Amino acid sequence: MDGSAAQARVSPGQRAPAVVRVPVSLRVNGSERRLEVDTRTTLLDALRDGLKLTGTKKGCDQGQCGACTVHVDGRRVLSCLTLAASADGREVRTIEGLEQDGTPHPLQEAFVRHDGLQCGYCTAGQIMSAVALIEEGRAGSDDEIREFMSGNLCRCGAYPNIVAAIREVAGRGDHA
Amino acid sequence: MTMRSFTYVRADSVDQAVTEVTADPEAAYLAGGTTQVDLMKDEVFRPLRLVDITRLPLREVRADDDTLTVGALTTMEELAAHEVVTDRLPLVRQALLLGASPQLRHMATMGGNLLQRTRCRYFRDPDVACNKREPGAGCGAIDGFHRMHAVLGTSPHCIATHASDVAVPLLALGASVRIRGQGAERVVPLTEFYRVPGGTPHVENVLEHGELITHLEIPLPPRGTRSGYLKVRDRASYEFALVSVAAALLIDDGTIRAAHLALGGVGTVPWRVPRAEELLRGAAPGPDAFAAAAEAALGGAQARRDNGFKIELGRRAVVRMLSTLAEEP
Repeated sequence: MDGSAAQARVSPGQRAPAVVRVPVSLRVNGSERRLEVDTRTTLLDALRDGLKLTGTKKGCDQGQCGACTVHVDGRRVLSCLTLAASADGREVRTIEGLEQDGTPHPLQEAFVRHDGLQCGYCTAGQIMSAVALIEEGRAGSDDEIREFMSGNLCRCGAYPNIVAAIREVAGRGDHA
Repeated sequence: MTMRSFTYVRADSVDQAVTEVTADPEAAYLAGGTTQVDLMKDEVFRPLRLVDITRLPLREVRADDDTLTVGALTTMEELAAHEVVTDRLPLVRQALLLGASPQLRHMATMGGNLLQRTRCRYFRDPDVACNKREPGAGCGAIDGFHRMHAVLGTSPHCIATHASDVAVPLLALGASVRIRGQGAERVVPLTEFYRVPGGTPHVENVLEHGELITHLEIPLPPRGTRSGYLKVRDRASYEFALVSVAAALLIDDGTIRAAHLALGGVGTVPWRVPRAEELLRGAAPGPDAFAAAAEAALGGAQARRDNGFKIELGRRAVVRMLSTLAEEP
């Protein structure tokens, strides 16, 4: 939160450390995970490359598409703009953590039933966002669902079916 | 895209954080990271040391009769959900909810929001000229693609738009930031915090290196005040403003007793218009007063080739926002 540092001139090569590694411990989908990461590593890359949890997808990698959405301490966030080092000690939930004893989450089933996807690349992010949206109590109407899903883009345009899937699960009340 | 390597330290106290960053000209604070990590990936911002302040105890929101004090690490979502904001600051709540996706609102902090960098594409692309990124390099936007760019507060060196939504109502309300430097604290009204580009577009605000925003202080308008935030954009949601208007009116006995007005999406800094507020105070709410305020609000606007539409759009947005408030029961 510092203006002047952000305004500093680019000075290539100036005492840049080679690679700095830091230990990070995360509780991911209920399991304690420890890893050592380059300070530049995002939570997204730590999950995918470090922990081999490739369900979370890298779309734009710039915080614009929502494909990388995961829950950190119960809140939906963008893992591509979260540094892994900064997430140390946090509780992380990914798409792999939704099923229970081999049974998919009701939203996962609803996405299949309503054809809430075409290519499927955005789907993990859509579902993680939708699970949070229902928990936040933001599924009161189709308009509200659309607004509170606006951070998740679907380039195949499956939006009507995504809204239908969310509406159905929110209305049933068995989404926990 | 290769982010430059950096060392990382997590601050345990405000004093430690300020000392760490002040001591190292290449160090910077890390809060929500939503602008910063993005700019680091693009190599626009290349710190050698990040001081992570996210665990500092600056997340409390406190209200007394006339002021809301907001810890700088309060997230946009937390502030939007606060009962005092819901109850007495509709313009702030609306600007927060219209300002970013839910994921970003859960990450982005209020201090960081005020310091977010422009979305100007020339600033974000190290391969093209930008005086803000590299003083003296020139400005690619002035004769380039600038449909989204500013018409107020511009200079021959920079026409980049300030991107914050919530800064607009905060400015209109007369909010201040509390700033901690090494061994000193100061309070700066937002009206004096931002700097228009002039000949130094890389200087965006009055912060010295190492200074940290610790709190926002938001004056609560008197009960009975009507307020709102109107955001006009190319998409229905999840998009930056072409034009936005934050306004608050206290209307009593057919007369406007108090008026606050600021614009977003049109200025190089969030743009408050004291002249328009003066014209509204004491006037009868209606088309004449609102048209006069709108004219004053865009006074001095200068268009480039492709952004002139913002001037008339801005005037109409002002009239619509004020009319909407006046018609509230």
